[in-house]
Amino acid sequence: MGEGSLYLAVVPAYNESETIASVIHALRAHAPRFDTLVIDDGSTDETDVLATRAGAKVLRHPFNLGIGGAVQTGFVYAREHGYDFLAQVDGDGQHDSVELERLIATMDEESVDVVCGSRFLTSDYRYPAPISRRTGIHIFAFLLSRIVGMRISDPTSGFRLYNRRAIELFARHYPHDYPEVEAVLILHHHRLRMREIPVRMFVRGGGTSSIGTGKSAYYMAKVLLALFVGLGRGRMLVDLDGDARMRVEQPIAP
Amino acid sequence: MQARIQLVTIIGAAVLLLAVLEMVRRRRLTERYALLWLFSACVLLALAIWSGALAKISHAIGVIYPPNALFFVAIGCIILLLLHFSAVVSRLSDQSETLAQRMALLEERLRRKERPLDGEPSPGHLRVDRHNDDWMASSRRAGSGRQPHHQR
Repeated sequence: MGEGSLYLAVVPAYNESETIASVIHALRAHAPRFDTLVIDDGSTDETDVLATRAGAKVLRHPFNLGIGGAVQTGFVYAREHGYDFLAQVDGDGQHDSVELERLIATMDEESVDVVCGSRFLTSDYRYPAPISRRTGIHIFAFLLSRIVGMRISDPTSGFRLYNRRAIELFARHYPHDYPEVEAVLILHHHRLRMREIPVRMFVRGGGTSSIGTGKSAYYMAKVLLALFVGLGRGRMLVDLDGDARMRVEQPIAP
Repeated sequence: MQARIQLVTIIGAAVLLLAVLEMVRRRRLTERYALLWLFSACVLLALAIWSGALAKISHAIGVIYPPNALFFVAIGCIILLLLHFSAVVSRLSDQSETLAQRMALLEERLRRKERPLDGEPSPGHLRVDRHNDDWMASSRRAGSGRQPHHQR
């Protein structure tokens, strides 16, 4: 990664007024090479004001699109503005921006397209989540590892660094809910390489998770459906190398 | 239950199930809206195959001819789906209202930038008023409908 590369940190946030300012301050202190872009996904609180005051660029959705839509806005922004690297950092303060430099170093050394921070590769840290959530994560991890043919320990982690190729891909197509899981499968289908490294994550600083316990089962079913149907798809949605750059399947028929 | 009606219902439910899965695979149906369809198809298929359960249900609700109980369940599924779609349509119309309002505000802001106080049109590159419809249509065709359009 040469000098003059452009780095963008995308922070999807939905009603994160308690933590958003400290997340941005941490990013500016620990990862100064990143421009900070907050995607305010239709928050009803002061998230956008606080984010702007903390010095971030803010894109506001007129209504809530969900985490997938919010992150994709970040990808589209990065593509339009010619960013070379995009890091996704959650707005709830779970992710430690100090680790971003390690993500960059890994991408540099291993020349992969996506580096993902996993909380399950460290032995010293117990992930404090309800057992149902953890079970879900492990089921996804098991299935994905089988499909992709490589160990995926934390498929729901949103702490990721993407290069230009991955940005191009996900700006065109990014899954809706629990998008991180399906994104791994999409990467695999497009022959993009992904690598996990162990990171430390904090306990959520405030707010509530985007996925309540009641909805967990619903999301599980949906992502499992997406995974199994995705297996049947197999072929590429976006041809990243060919001349026909816009060979996207009609996404959803009008 | 007679063998012929059972065969017909099994085939019907199986075709529905496969059609839904194929539509999801071709991305003509998102997972979000496919789940309820899949659930309905699976229930119908299960009841069509497992006629003992259907007989029990028909007895419980007081239907003499078991296949009618299957229709009863099918109508239940249809009502559930319709209700779900009504909720979705309500949400979508709310959202499109919000979008239209936000766009009206943006247009006004752009127009004000293009024509400063003297009312003289500046040679702005954003011809919002006239080419508005074309722009919307082309952006819808180009990307997935979900992608927000960004002005540089």
